[in-house]
Amino acid sequence: MTVTEAPVATRSSTPPVRRGRGTFRTRVLVPYAMLAPGIILFVAFMAAPIVYTLFLSFQKTKVSGLGLGAGARSTVFAGIDNYVTTLTNTEFGASVGRVLLYGFILIPLMLGLALLFALLLDSRRTRAAGFSRTAIFLPYAVPAVISSLLWGFLYLPAVSPFYFVFDTLGWDVPSLLSAGGVTFAIANIALWGGVGFNMIVMYTSLKSVPSDIYEAAKLDGASEVQIALRIKVPIIAPAIVMTALFSMVATLQVFAEPTTLRPLTNSLSTSWSPLMLVYRDAFTRDDIYSAAATSIVIALVTFAFSFLFLRVVQKRAFGQED
Amino acid sequence: MRTSIRVGALAMATAATLLMSGCSATAGGGDDGPVKLNYWAWAPNLEKVVDIWNEKNPDIQVTVQKQDGGDPAITKLLTAIKAGSGAPDLIQAEYQKIPTLVSSDALADLSEYGADDIEDSFAAGVWDSVTLGSDAIYAIPQDSGPMMFYYRADIFEELGLAVPTTWDEYAEVARAVHAADPAKYLGTFSSNDAGWFTGMAQQAGASWWGIDGEAWSVDIAQTPTETVAGYWGGLVEEGVIDNKPMYTPEWNAGLNNGEQVGWLSAVWAPGVLGGNAADTTGLWKAAPMPQWDVDAPATGNWGGSSTAVTTQSKHQEAATEFATWLNTDEEAVQALVTTSGIYPADAAQAKAVLTAPPEFFSNQPEFYDIAADVAATVSPFTYGPNVNVAYSAYNDEFAKAAEAKTQSAFLAAVEAMQEITTADMKKSGFTVK
Repeated sequence: MTVTEAPVATRSSTPPVRRGRGTFRTRVLVPYAMLAPGIILFVAFMAAPIVYTLFLSFQKTKVSGLGLGAGARSTVFAGIDNYVTTLTNTEFGASVGRVLLYGFILIPLMLGLALLFALLLDSRRTRAAGFSRTAIFLPYAVPAVISSLLWGFLYLPAVSPFYFVFDTLGWDVPSLLSAGGVTFAIANIALWGGVGFNMIVMYTSLKSVPSDIYEAAKLDGASEVQIALRIKVPIIAPAIVMTALFSMVATLQVFAEPTTLRPLTNSLSTSWSPLMLVYRDAFTRDDIYSAAATSIVIALVTFAFSFLFLRVVQKRAFGQED
Repeated sequence: MRTSIRVGALAMATAATLLMSGCSATAGGGDDGPVKLNYWAWAPNLEKVVDIWNEKNPDIQVTVQKQDGGDPAITKLLTAIKAGSGAPDLIQAEYQKIPTLVSSDALADLSEYGADDIEDSFAAGVWDSVTLGSDAIYAIPQDSGPMMFYYRADIFEELGLAVPTTWDEYAEVARAVHAADPAKYLGTFSSNDAGWFTGMAQQAGASWWGIDGEAWSVDIAQTPTETVAGYWGGLVEEGVIDNKPMYTPEWNAGLNNGEQVGWLSAVWAPGVLGGNAADTTGLWKAAPMPQWDVDAPATGNWGGSSTAVTTQSKHQEAATEFATWLNTDEEAVQALVTTSGIYPADAAQAKAVLTAPPEFFSNQPEFYDIAADVAATVSPFTYGPNVNVAYSAYNDEFAKAAEAKTQSAFLAAVEAMQEITTADMKKSGFTVK
């Protein structure tokens, strides 16, 4: 606004040409100068790596003969070979399937619990709300690798206090690290770490709702449960949608938990999740090129999922804001 | 913090010698001062061994740059080679990494600098790993990990068991141990440790790669490896051998509380046992590996590394001189053993230096005599240019097999390893027979 008014101000005073040009230049350059740090950081750490990854994904290593000695290895243009390999790789399909199942278990549980806790903390009868809030949030502050190590110990029957209790009681509880249980084992770690964060997002959103709405509902004879379900949940729907979106993206990118648990069990392969597959190809198999192609595919799939999800729920969640 | 102080001290020492030699070297070395070599390595306290060299050789000063471990150092080196600069002069390289490095043109051929003079110092199996069976020499062997069998002597005595000398006897002992107490196992089949399984296949006579004229061959799915896999698959299926991975908190606890009664490991096992099973000091004993053929005793290697010179080094001759000294000189090897705790690849030096048993095995004074006899029987084995792929295939395929607990799954895992390894080489363009 102020920028468009500026010429009017100059015109009203004596019009010195040189000063006008200076103002013009400043007007054009100042915004860019202010944006520069952001642009530079974005280009250096976001755009450039993405472009480089794209570039790598269309290349491959070509070895000739025995591949020993100088000049035996060269990098050549691969066309879409790497993409064909990724998309026809059964390991990749299987890893996507596994994380979808994992997300199917994790997301509803995590968001359900987060919403429940947020509503409980927000209800007026809650005691020790501050303490509870911190206690529920605290696991989020534990890095995923550390929490996976902690839970790993708890899952291993020989060193787990839980299994000690089960044994004492004479229960035969199967190991969560067996082939059937390992998805739950990983979902549990993510649940433990993620509920607190999502709860805080929802709780913050609840706090910004003006309290006279609740008073009005109360006067109309609504119970706490009715207020929660009929008023609070619809009002914070955008926050819930946002947490769901973040959770979906995080699900597709799960890496730290299964990687940390892998040495403890026979049930986790080096390609359990799509990112583990990328990591293995890039750093264990030294095939950075097909890893780049797989990364691009994962990024596109994540985008597609996010957009589809937003399209489906946007109308309902953000309807009032339009 | 401590490392940086140490590096700083080293740098100052280097600078001091630099100044001193700057005064005296005008006659010979020209005005470049001493040759400076960078050395990427991760063996503990290696810089103390290098200090001995630096003191004696003011003209060739070596600086150790501490690395996190075998894999990260190699990844870093390959990146530097691709980039065209940034590689050190010397690098500590595990034997199985050498073909990968040679294939990326990262290692200099040391035969030009007289490295073949020391061939006789090493067992044939070890020397093969640094020459890849060719006339070139890509590294100087540093330490080796001949495999041995470790067992709880007290539990064996209690159960009246004899130390197994053949794999048939090992199976019998495994059954007896598990029958006496279902919580106890003579060992575990670990899908996490590809190097361990490779060593066992090596003992049985396998050599997973080979160079045949101008083509590579991949020989994983052949009789020796299939025999080994079938043997372990049978024991796991029977339930007398555990199927859980090694190096987990559970396994550590098992070593310490007597549930793991034996361990097929390498000469460096005393260090691991001392750290993980401190309560069992003096209860373990070492023996040669059970054999497939008692008339031709053999073993495999699990672990071990070498000192290599990179192609980017401008002082390859000086670097070779240092690498040779480090791994064959009596004082150097002595220091490697006492300060870095390695088992030297140089057989004669190992015998001379290692007279007292490791602390954890003080109950077995002849520990290193056994080790020396075993080390002499390491079978030859050729690693290929994609060991990393074969090893990750081992992790995945044998994890499935160990979970399935059937002999047929173990044999299928060998097939799958062969297939994945061959397909990867063909995809890269290697000529594969």
